[in-house]
Amino acid sequence: MRVSKALAVLAGLAVLALVGCAAGPASGPDSAAPSAPGPGSGAASGPISGTVAVFAAASLGDVFAAIEEEFTAAHPGVTVVVNYGGSSGLAEQIVQGAPADVFAAASPATMTTVADAGLAADPTVFASNTLELVVPAGNPGTVDGLADLERPELAVALCAVEVPCGAASAKALAAAGLGASVDTYEQDVKAVLTKVELGEVDAGLVYRTDVLAAGDAVEGIRFAGADAAVTEYPIAAITDSPNPRAAAAFVAFVVSARGQALLDEAGFGAP
Amino acid sequence: MAPRRPRRAGFLAPALWIPAGIALALLALPLVALVVRAPWADLPQLLARGEVLQALALSLGTAAIATAVSLALGVPLALVLARSAEWSAVPRRLLRALVTVPLVLPPVVGGVALLLLLGRRGLVGEWLDAWFGLTIPFSTTAVVIAQVFVAMPFLVLAVEGAVRASDRRFEIAAATLGASRWTVFRRVTLPLVAPGVSAGALLCFTRALGEFGATITFAGSFPGVTQTLPIATYLELQRDPDAAIALSLVLMIVSVAVLVSLRDRWVPGLTS
Repeated sequence: MRVSKALAVLAGLAVLALVGCAAGPASGPDSAAPSAPGPGSGAASGPISGTVAVFAAASLGDVFAAIEEEFTAAHPGVTVVVNYGGSSGLAEQIVQGAPADVFAAASPATMTTVADAGLAADPTVFASNTLELVVPAGNPGTVDGLADLERPELAVALCAVEVPCGAASAKALAAAGLGASVDTYEQDVKAVLTKVELGEVDAGLVYRTDVLAAGDAVEGIRFAGADAAVTEYPIAAITDSPNPRAAAAFVAFVVSARGQALLDEAGFGAP
Repeated sequence: MAPRRPRRAGFLAPALWIPAGIALALLALPLVALVVRAPWADLPQLLARGEVLQALALSLGTAAIATAVSLALGVPLALVLARSAEWSAVPRRLLRALVTVPLVLPPVVGGVALLLLLGRRGLVGEWLDAWFGLTIPFSTTAVVIAQVFVAMPFLVLAVEGAVRASDRRFEIAAATLGASRWTVFRRVTLPLVAPGVSAGALLCFTRALGEFGATITFAGSFPGVTQTLPIATYLELQRDPDAAIALSLVLMIVSVAVLVSLRDRWVPGLTS
């Protein structure tokens, strides 16, 4: 048990080092903005301190870097370390005893895994994400709606149904009564995005936040019926957290008006 | 004391047994855990599904074709590599580096590189598409190409080692007796390096069988077309870890069976 914890910490630190490098410059513009202490940071008794280990879904990467920045600006005594990964993998790590204080998942099901182990205190949905059609810049396949995915001459990439974005894609297609002519089922949403960025496929289905993060290499197309498959993001403090006050403060900041504004900016929907 | 002839196996300093034991444990214990944790009771039902058999058949088929392609192209490359010992340093080292790079490259990077070459907008793929209407990604051909890219170096290096260790005097003798170069290759060189070729082909096949990163990046994943067993295993891990363990078990058993059953019979040279 102790060894697995030590390994989990090591893995977390390794991820942190990588994420730290990647997130630094990206969060520049946000850190330039004046950050008043968040309204959700009301301290119960004295300033909070110590470390908060946040296990967050990979799709939250960019926005949690900004949230972390503002949170630590408001609570200078607190160090936030974020471990990004696939939600199901993170849930498994937490159940196996990884030292997490907060879990932010990309699906209610993965939060349930942690809650069923008695480790999630009162999960709250804090954001939602909607699917969008994504095409390479210039839209070579002249895609303008979900029905275009049925055209056999187009190369189409979707997430595999085993992962959350694939389940959402299948749901949206089923709701529209469409059977897409798919060329590849990718292992995660970023892999779909890469295939589109490289122009190897004419269209794919990814989250709106991924389209925004990808910039000019791709174009996003909203489609009617996307509401049929909205992905919800729950967050919870972990019950055996060694730093419960800081964990609660972090969760409070994410659901606060300022946290919600940052999420909105990144393309997330209201819970 | 009369000099004693060392036993054939040589001797081993006792201190070496400890790191050797740790090394073996590191290699074997994870597989033991896999076997122990496998959902044996549900195994028949987990494995009898059509998708599993389909993925297994695709894996075996593509790995066999990739091995055949690697043999046809890799053995000649190995001969060139062995002869490159006579070249000057720069081209010799460059050639060796080019052959070795796929071994050390993360396979996903290899997959991206293949896309950039053969993809619809790739250096060569763009012309294939424009002139012949050929698109390689997302096809079974792409699976084979990815496997060859990753696995052929194993074969090339194994055969090259065998060529270097072989006695060139047999070839020279054959040549002086009037055999043509092609006959020398067919009747002398090839039989001499046959153990190395079998060993290389075996490594190549098992590596191709387990190939994941380059395949999913370059060929994608579609059941029956490009979804090989390792890809099916990875995707299953997201949904049902028990089913994923069952699939890994199949892959492991097939690989171990190939290595154990064929090694002694076909590859005496590998252990010597």
